[in-house]
Amino acid sequence: MLIELIVSFFLLVGASFALVGSIGLARLPDFFTRLHGPTKATTLGIGGVLIASVIYFSARSAGLSLHEALIALFLFMTAPISAMLLAKAAIHRKVTTRSRVPPRFER
Amino acid sequence: MILSLSIYAALAMLAVAILLNLWRLAIGPDDTDRVLALDTLFINTIALLVVLGIHFDTTVYFESALVLALIGFIGTAAFCKYQLRGDLIE
Repeated sequence: MLIELIVSFFLLVGASFALVGSIGLARLPDFFTRLHGPTKATTLGIGGVLIASVIYFSARSAGLSLHEALIALFLFMTAPISAMLLAKAAIHRKVTTRSRVPPRFER
Repeated sequence: MILSLSIYAALAMLAVAILLNLWRLAIGPDDTDRVLALDTLFINTIALLVVLGIHFDTTVYFESALVLALIGFIGTAAFCKYQLRGDLIE
């Protein structure tokens, strides 16, 4: 029962952070702010969901279940790299920033 | 009981997140927006697979989640390299 509560807590935290990151991706005004949203929030979301999975499968079977830690390790290593590469590509493509203009959804 | 309820809530939130990513993928004004949306879509799909693994009480989904993580990173890195250098393998 306590295990279920802990797993539920981490699942909800992870999924809500993933949702917040995707809302940021959809709503923020220009590319560089949109880059900020998902790269922070979804790695935290993945972290929460994977912690929930580790706890659930470790309580389910004998011994520690650490398959998911592999995914978390890989994602935590590659998420900053891909964000930096995307920012460099956007600078190279001369993507404009609209930081002083209200959100583009008003037009 | 609590666990299945929160699994359904997490699945609903991840589904909404994936729909938002697909919307950004469709309307993204620049190519980099679309690639960022694809990257986020991969990450949300990994989270969805892990939650489905808890729901069905199986460990089959770990490998596919790992492969998705690899493919998502390689795709993003390949696009950025192509944009920056004009070529993938020089």
